Amino acid sequence: MSALTGDPAAPGPGGGFDAVVEVRLRAGIADPEGATIERALPALGFTGVTGVRAGKSFRFHLDAPDAETASAQAATVADRLLANPVIEESTVTVTPSPAGPAARTPS
Amino acid sequence: MAPRIGVVVYPGTNCEHDVVRAVEQLGASAGLVWHTTPSLAGYDAVVLPGGFAHGDYLRPGALARFAPVTAAVAEFAAAGGPVVGICNGFQVLTEAGLLPGALQKNRGLRFICETVEIEVSSAGSVLTAGMAPGTRLRIPINHFEGNYTCDGQTLAELRGQDRIVVRYVDEVNGSIDRIAGICNSGGNVVGLMPHPERASDPLLGSEDGNALLGAFLDAASRASGGSSLAGAPGR
Repeated sequence: MSALTGDPAAPGPGGGFDAVVEVRLRAGIADPEGATIERALPALGFTGVTGVRAGKSFRFHLDAPDAETASAQAATVADRLLANPVIEESTVTVTPSPAGPAARTPS
Repeated sequence: MAPRIGVVVYPGTNCEHDVVRAVEQLGASAGLVWHTTPSLAGYDAVVLPGGFAHGDYLRPGALARFAPVTAAVAEFAAAGGPVVGICNGFQVLTEAGLLPGALQKNRGLRFICETVEIEVSSAGSVLTAGMAPGTRLRIPINHFEGNYTCDGQTLAELRGQDRIVVRYVDEVNGSIDRIAGICNSGGNVVGLMPHPERASDPLLGSEDGNALLGAFLDAASRASGGSSLAGAPGR
């Protein structure tokens, strides 16, 4: 039982894994949104903030027998839909789900 | 016989009636093709009009790529059929992999709605066949994600194979090499951000779009084995 052992490779009590996919523009692709945010920060008194990049993150639940399978599925979802590989790249993180989708969805 | 143009409609497409009117005015017949339609049989050419297919959720065109009609467009294009994607239609064609590159947010992060001057760069496409390179046209643009980008190798190919179809005369949205429209290697699939159908009548301020649509309808006529529409009423 991963709930007891805390094994990050085994499904959590929620019956699977929670995935977080972060999508951002590739290095070298102009990011006008990030640049605009960066230019706004001095107005708040932050003068040392550089390298701001804007992106999106996606969260979903995966029914998978182990972390490796869950990671592979999430990476495929990221590569084939969530990110446009021409201009974007993504990182995937999966963790054992503490509760199933029903428990996490307010009704 | 007048060529028959299929005008693809995704949920959120909003320029389909403008396109139908513009091509009918030039002597073609047109039919709307709902996104669930798996075949384009009976059409001589296909237009993917502008709008916000599937609400532009995720990225413009990202979800339209999965529609049955998009598979039919890919099949139609692979058989050499003339296809043009206008604005959101261009975004769909890039997401579907029928054209290279991607359309990013405009450099200035502003939605741009204005009539701009574009220049025909290549006559090697179904949208510009017979037009002299250098021909300038006044056509409206209306987009937030029109900033064309691609990797260096793709850009070299587009240039080397004369596949940059139209360019903006002045920089408007940050597009690499001022690209306003490109085509595939066969020249039968074209995507462009400007809206030729919105420059199809003097009342709209410009009729310059008719030159592009006329060339496209001629390509459709050739595809159908019919004769040119050059003498048809309204041309």
